[in-house]
Amino acid sequence: MTNGENSNYLEIENLVKYFGEDRAVDGISFDIPEGKFLTLLGPSGCGKTTTLMCIAGLHKPNAGEIRVGGKLFTSMEKRIFLAPEKRDIGMVFQSYAIWPHMTVEQNISYPLEVRNFEPSEIEDRVMEVIRLVGLEDMVGKDATQLSGGQQQRTALARAIVCQPSLLLFDEPLSNLDLKLRERMRLELKRIQHEVGITSVYVTHDQAEALVMSDNIIVMSKGRIEQSGGPHAIYARPLNRYVSNFIGIANLIEGRVSRASNSGLSEIEISQEGEHISLPCLLGEGLNEGSEAVLSVRPENVHALRERPGGPSMEGEVIQTVFLGSYLDCRVQWGNFEWKVQAHPREHLREGDRVHIRLDADHTMAVLP
Amino acid sequence: MPTVEIEGLIKRFGKEVAVAGIDLKIEQGEFVTLLGPSGCGKTTTLRCIAGLEHPDRGEIRIEGEPITSVEKNIFLSPEDRNLGMVFQSYAVWPHMTVFDNVAFGLKIRRMSRRETQEKTNKVLELVGLAHLAERYATKLSGGQRQRVALARAIVYSPRVVLFDEPLSNLDAKLREQMRIELVRLQHEVDITSIYVTHDQAEALVMSDRVVVMNEGLIQQIDNPEEIYAHPANAFVANFIGVANLMEGSFLSRLGEMGEAEFSAGAEAAPMRLRALGAESASASQRVILSLRPEDITLHLEAPSESVANVLLGQVVDTVYQGNFLNCQVLVGPHEIGVQMDHFVQLEPGQKVYLTFEPEHALLLTE
Repeated sequence: MTNGENSNYLEIENLVKYFGEDRAVDGISFDIPEGKFLTLLGPSGCGKTTTLMCIAGLHKPNAGEIRVGGKLFTSMEKRIFLAPEKRDIGMVFQSYAIWPHMTVEQNISYPLEVRNFEPSEIEDRVMEVIRLVGLEDMVGKDATQLSGGQQQRTALARAIVCQPSLLLFDEPLSNLDLKLRERMRLELKRIQHEVGITSVYVTHDQAEALVMSDNIIVMSKGRIEQSGGPHAIYARPLNRYVSNFIGIANLIEGRVSRASNSGLSEIEISQEGEHISLPCLLGEGLNEGSEAVLSVRPENVHALRERPGGPSMEGEVIQTVFLGSYLDCRVQWGNFEWKVQAHPREHLREGDRVHIRLDADHTMAVLP
Repeated sequence: MPTVEIEGLIKRFGKEVAVAGIDLKIEQGEFVTLLGPSGCGKTTTLRCIAGLEHPDRGEIRIEGEPITSVEKNIFLSPEDRNLGMVFQSYAVWPHMTVFDNVAFGLKIRRMSRRETQEKTNKVLELVGLAHLAERYATKLSGGQRQRVALARAIVYSPRVVLFDEPLSNLDAKLREQMRIELVRLQHEVDITSIYVTHDQAEALVMSDRVVVMNEGLIQQIDNPEEIYAHPANAFVANFIGVANLMEGSFLSRLGEMGEAEFSAGAEAAPMRLRALGAESASASQRVILSLRPEDITLHLEAPSESVANVLLGQVVDTVYQGNFLNCQVLVGPHEIGVQMDHFVQLEPGQKVYLTFEPEHALLLTE
C-alpha cells in the first residue's frame, strides 16, 4: 500500500451501489488529501448521500473499494467490509440527533464515556471542543433549550470530540434559516480547518459548496460530472449541466466555428437570423464544427451604451433590479435574455438600447 | 396634492416613544417603503395610517382629507378609510375558494352580483390566478396565497395599499421572485403603496423611495440608488448594504473633497484619506469614513505615488462565492471588507494595497 507524502487520505475506487434496478451510484472514483474538505454536490437523487453512506459503512456497495488512511474499509472484490463502529468516523446530520434529556456537556462527553476514557481527559477534551464550537455559555443547558444553530454546534462538537479519522456531513445546515446558515458555513469551515480532520460534506446547495470546500465533486445520476476547486468549477465548467448547477450562467446553443489549442477559439451563435461568432475558450472534448453551448457568467457580460470594438449584440434592457452593490439586468436579444451583472453607476434603465459584449477570457464553449 | 400626507406624527406606548414625530408625503402611484430594524417605529406608523392605532399627536391626510387629526379631533374608523391591507399572515380564508376570498370584500360592501363577478374576475386575471378561481385556499402554494391576499386588497380600488412585511414567511427563492412580481403588479395597477420591511434588499429592489427609520425618527428619505450611494449617516450606511466604517479626525477641505486622518496602527504614521461629504466639518472634528466593499480595489503591488487613498494591510481571510470574492483585510486597527468581481489567489497574512476613488467614499459627521 502506497502512503507517500503526496498520497491521498481517502480513496474511493469504482464504487457502485444499486437499489433494485436503480443505479444510485454508478461507478465513481475520487480521492482526498489528508485534512482537506471535499463536497459532494448535486440535486436529490444524484447519489451523493448514498456515496456518503457507503463511506460510513451504513450501506454495503455492490462493487468498489474504500480506503481511509491506508486502511481498507470496504472492498467488495476482497470481501472486506468493516463494521460502521470500527471505522472511527464522526458524523453530522441534518437532523441534529442530539439527546434531549442530556445537557450540552453530557451530549458531547457521551462518545468518550462509552469508549472508557479517563474522567480527567474527558473533561479536558470536552472543554476544548466546546470552546472550539463557541458553546462556552451553554455547557450546563439542556439540549431542548438550544436554538437550531446551537444544536448543530453541539452535534459537531460531539462528532469531533473523539478526534475521528474522518468527518462526514450530510446537509447539516439545511434546517437553519438563511442568515444563520450563511454564518454557520464560515464557522464550520473555520472549525474544520482548525481541527484538520479530513471531511466529506454532502449538499445540494451550490453556494454552500463554493464557500466551504477545498474541492467539489458535482454529481448527477450516480456519476461524477466534474471535480475540482471551487474557482475551477465556477470559471471552467465542463458542460452545460455543471455551468447551470453552479452559480448563474448565460447558456446559449451554438457551434464551434474555430478551434485553437493555444489562443482563443470562436463559437457561433444565432438569434432570429442574426449570426455572430464570439471569441471564447474551448472546453474539453470539443473540436471545430462541434455542437457546443456558450457559457458565460453575468459578471462577465457587459451592457454598453456605445457599440464597442469587436463583436457585440444589440438588445433592449427589459428588467433591472437594484441590489445595492450591483444591478441585476436582463437584456433581450432576439428570443434570448442575457443576464447581466451591471454596475449601478452605469444607470441602466428598462427600455434602454444597449450593446452586449462578453469578456472573451471568461466565455466558454462547453459540451452540451 | 400628495395622496398621503403625514404631519408631526407621534405615538407613545406608556413611556416608550414608538414614533417620535415624523413628516412624510407620498405621491399618487408611488411605492414607498418604511425600512428599519424592529422597534424603529415603521409598523406603528403603518398602523396609524390604517387607523389601528390612535396617535398622540399629528395629522394624516389622504387626498387632502384628514383621516386622523389629534389636534382637530378627527379619527376615521379603519373601514371608512378605503385602504387595502396585505399582512405577513396571509389572512386568506381556508374554507373559501380563491374567487370567494377575493369577492368577499365586495359582497360586504353590498356590490351587485354582476359587478362583483366582473371586478373579481378582472383582478384575478391581473394577479395571474384566473385559472385557479374555483380552487380552495388550502390547496394553494405560498406564492399563490400571497397573490390572493393582494387581489383581495386591491379589488375594491382602495386609495392606498398598506403592506406589512408580506413576504417574510416565504422561502428565499420565492421571496426574490415575489418581490419582482409585486412591483410589476403595483406598476400595472398604479396604486399608491406603503410597504413596511426590515429587509434592506427588499426595500432596494421594490421601492420608488425608501424611508429609513430608527428609534422612531426618519433618518433619510430618498430613492434606493441615492440611499445606497449617499447615506445620510452611519446608521443608514450600515443598515443598507455593507459599509466599512472607520473613525477618524477631520483635517481640511480640498475643493469638493474632505480630508481626514485615520490610525494605521501604533507603529505606522496615520493615513490621510479623501472622500466626499463632511461639508461643514471643522479641523479635528470626529468623522466616520463610509466605504462600500465593492468600491475598493485590491492590489498586490504598491500603486504609484500619485494615487490618493492608499491603505496598506494584511489579508485575514477570503470567502469565494463564485461571482464575488470577499476578502477581509486588516489595516492597522481596522478590518476592511473588500468585494472583488474577479478571482485572485490570496493567502492569510499576505500584504496587499487597497485603493478607492475619493468620490466613491463618504465622510460622515454623526
